[in-house]
Amino acid sequence: MKKELVELKVNGRTHELAIEPSALLLDVLRQDLGLTGSKRGCDESSCGACTVLVDGVAMMSCTLLAASCEGQEITTVEGVSQHGSLAAIQKAYGDWGGAQCGFCTPGFIMTVKSLLAENPDPSEDDVRAALSSNLCRCTGYSQMYAAIRSAIAAEQQGTAAK
Amino acid sequence: MSDFSVIGKPTAMVDAAEKTTGGGKYTDDLSVPGMLVGKILHSPYPHARIKHIDTTRAEMLDGVVAVVIGKDAPNPYGILPVGHDEHALALDKVRYVGDNVACVVAISEAVAEKALELVDVQYEVLPAYFDPEESMKAQTDLIHDNKPGNVEKDYHHVFGDPDKGFAEADRVAEARFIANEVTHAAMEPHSTLASFELDPHTGKLGRLTVWSSTQVPYYLQHKLSLVLEMPMAQIRVIKPLVGGGFGGKSEVIPLEIIAAVAARKAQAPVKITYTREEVFWAHRGRPRTIIDLKTGVKNDGRITAVKARVVQDGGAYCSYGVVTILYSGALLGALYDIPHIQYDGYRVLTNKPACGAMRGHGTVNVRFAFESQLDELAAAIGMDPAEIRRRNLLKPPCITVNGLRVQSYGLPECIEKIVERSSWKQRRGKLPRGRGLGIACSHYVSGAANSIIRSDMPHSTVNIKIDRDGGVVVYTGASEIGQGSDTMTAQVAAEILGCSLPRVRVIAADTDLTPIDIGSYSSRVTFMAGNATLRAAEDVKKRIAAAAAKKMNCAADDLVFRDDLVFKKGSAPPSAKKDQSEEAEVTQTGASVSGRVEGQILRGSLQQKRKEEGAKEWMTFEEAVVAAIDFHGALTGTGSYAPPPEARGGKHKGGGVGPSPAYSYSAQIAEVSVDKDTGEVTVHKIWAAHDCGRALNPVSVEGQIIGSVWMGMGQALTEEMVWKDGMLMNAGMLEYRSPSSVESPEVEPIIVESIDPEGPFGAKECSEGSLAATIPAISNAIFDAVGVRLHESPFTPERVLAALRAQRRDKALNLTEGVDPTAPARFREHGGALCFKGKGPERHALDPARREAPAVAGGAD
Repeated sequence: MKKELVELKVNGRTHELAIEPSALLLDVLRQDLGLTGSKRGCDESSCGACTVLVDGVAMMSCTLLAASCEGQEITTVEGVSQHGSLAAIQKAYGDWGGAQCGFCTPGFIMTVKSLLAENPDPSEDDVRAALSSNLCRCTGYSQMYAAIRSAIAAEQQGTAAK
Repeated sequence: MSDFSVIGKPTAMVDAAEKTTGGGKYTDDLSVPGMLVGKILHSPYPHARIKHIDTTRAEMLDGVVAVVIGKDAPNPYGILPVGHDEHALALDKVRYVGDNVACVVAISEAVAEKALELVDVQYEVLPAYFDPEESMKAQTDLIHDNKPGNVEKDYHHVFGDPDKGFAEADRVAEARFIANEVTHAAMEPHSTLASFELDPHTGKLGRLTVWSSTQVPYYLQHKLSLVLEMPMAQIRVIKPLVGGGFGGKSEVIPLEIIAAVAARKAQAPVKITYTREEVFWAHRGRPRTIIDLKTGVKNDGRITAVKARVVQDGGAYCSYGVVTILYSGALLGALYDIPHIQYDGYRVLTNKPACGAMRGHGTVNVRFAFESQLDELAAAIGMDPAEIRRRNLLKPPCITVNGLRVQSYGLPECIEKIVERSSWKQRRGKLPRGRGLGIACSHYVSGAANSIIRSDMPHSTVNIKIDRDGGVVVYTGASEIGQGSDTMTAQVAAEILGCSLPRVRVIAADTDLTPIDIGSYSSRVTFMAGNATLRAAEDVKKRIAAAAAKKMNCAADDLVFRDDLVFKKGSAPPSAKKDQSEEAEVTQTGASVSGRVEGQILRGSLQQKRKEEGAKEWMTFEEAVVAAIDFHGALTGTGSYAPPPEARGGKHKGGGVGPSPAYSYSAQIAEVSVDKDTGEVTVHKIWAAHDCGRALNPVSVEGQIIGSVWMGMGQALTEEMVWKDGMLMNAGMLEYRSPSSVESPEVEPIIVESIDPEGPFGAKECSEGSLAATIPAISNAIFDAVGVRLHESPFTPERVLAALRAQRRDKALNLTEGVDPTAPARFREHGGALCFKGKGPERHALDPARREAPAVAGGAD
């Protein structure tokens, strides 16, 4: 298939890329831009490891055409830590054991980010419902809830998560 | 001893930031210049002879670099020395749907996929075997010609006098249990990148470097050497981050070999990454297991004898099968005191993907049967199910009837804790109907006492290097797969050396750099690699102490290493006291600013100043290190670990599997409710107490306990590989039904520390032992809730409903058929409406499930 030029805005930076119209966003991020933080755990939007934010909405990039994201703001896990330090949610995931093998973690971080942007103080049920779009095989999810609670508390206090 | 400065505190994993920022590299994240993509052609038939393969059309496609087939690497291999029955790519026969036939190497995935369709393969389809008990009757068309009756291996063990034991029993229960097949479904699909270097002397392909998602780099290096006929020293295996293993990456997976063979033929680096569907075909999970179990007890609750006949549906290759079937028998011992055991185990070959090691290797399904039957017997003699378990405790230190040595034994405390936390005594039997509590126990090895490759080599070796900057570098072959191996290694080294955690850098799992370690499986890392790290750190500490003692005019034994300081016993330096709280903070946050400044900029002037002061009362860690390097010339230490001979088990055939230097113990109570109309089981909470010896990193220990319990719950309720004529019907994460956050209950992990005499700081395993108890705890809770005893896992609504109907003597319903070739010509499910039984739509004429259709696998090519 013939390649076409698209402009993708990823983590605040605009990239001009020649891609096939059928190219998936995940492949473009991983292969063309070298942003390998988003993972491929399946090929069918069932595991959520490839979750990115497109204009703030959590989307699974493994079934999203890259060309369709032109003009939209894409945020990957690489765009989460800011000012050279871990974001509260990233720190909390580490401290509370929310990440074990870490393969699903970028997807979860993006899902949590989108949840907290929409609802800064979610109930336990809200958190469970939001996280159900992503699968994890290591943690049984419990320690993620603790991490999210701690990150919310840290955000509210305006300090780094402890 | 309990006063530790590093271990025992909740510690974020040393690689946590890499994982949460997406910066960490897994194998599929890697690329090297000139790298090509490999795609594997899989067999569409469960059992067929390959008559001919023609690759010319594929090779002619633009962008295809090479097509690899079986004869490019004909040497057989297998993870066990007794089971070398696999080939990189099929030579003459395919043995399951998904077996590996050819590999296309191309410039892109799209081209490779197109080329796969152009590989022409002619098959001669053979009759296939899908059920282990049918497979055992096979006379012709054997799956492997050298395995009569398709039996990979059978073992028959008798310990004590089972007949006498059953004669003494007041009650005997006998039943058949079936645990269906489950798989690891680790989040990271397997991936391997292989690259050859040109040899400067011969000018031909020389050294091979392989990056792979493996739990055991050393085994991969060993098998690559067999297949490629290269010396191991010419092969470097590097394990990047691994996205979960659970046993599925503990053996050599076909793509790991194929990638290397393909790189050799294509003369370029090749990366192969499985799709999720291929991961399911690669499998190596927990086999479907049929357990005929008989247990006798006296009226006082004492178990008199156990007899188990276990048949495992092992799939098409040996894999870890011989070990699995032995674990199933051996781990009947070492949990309770059982005087007489009879075990007959059959590992059977079938035309399905090979089963292998999975979390709780070999013990899980038998434990489900045993704990369910024990519950049944408790009910029969009118005893509290928690009490019957207490009546059968071991009295350690002891050696069980089947030769397993038990030293630390936290099971009594585990039972006590969960009974208390769940208010078992107050609540059990008083919950509303439909809601119930169930208890079960389990255990697991802290590393197998005998390696699968027989030799006298240590199971773990660790090297430590410290340089003048005071940085401690630990080289270990242990494989971090998400369980916290690297963090444990850093913690143990830091604790012994009395330095802060950020000072320690762990270099792990790279066969060129790190000493041989037999990897991350059988829950061996903390115990064995931990002990090796401890010994290496002690070794290097001895050298530092000798030099420091000279400077401080005291005996080396009088020195204390702690908080980045070296001081005389009983005379903590003022700064240490003052800074102690601050120091702890620093360790936590990982930025030892004061240490760095002092070390790199002020060290010289400080030393000068101290020199003038004469003999010192204390030194910083760095000063001590510098003194030691000045004194010895270099500062390195080594340590290794091999299990002691007395922990290596009995001398009987197969007695090498099951023994471990230490066993972990777990007791769990599950609270469930059962919907009597739909048969749906909801788990509300699980209390899980686990004896891990000592919790080196409590947050990781709890994570492992929760993760094990959760995975056990998945096997208990939803996870099942559904087969139809050798085809996997649910090869996807959603179809396989790995539980999501909304289906996952609260798990309350309770750490019990029995302080093992041989574990590092008393530690044992914590990552597998808890899994096995969850399934029977749930099944026993279902019995408590609605009075039905489930004999087949997972406890899906269909199975629960069937059991409830049988209890009411209602007509049995069959909602789940069509998974075997004896299914009738018409569908029965018909959208779930049962009144349509037998009136559903007709199966297609060529549907192999139709009785009148051609023989199971005898369809046209």
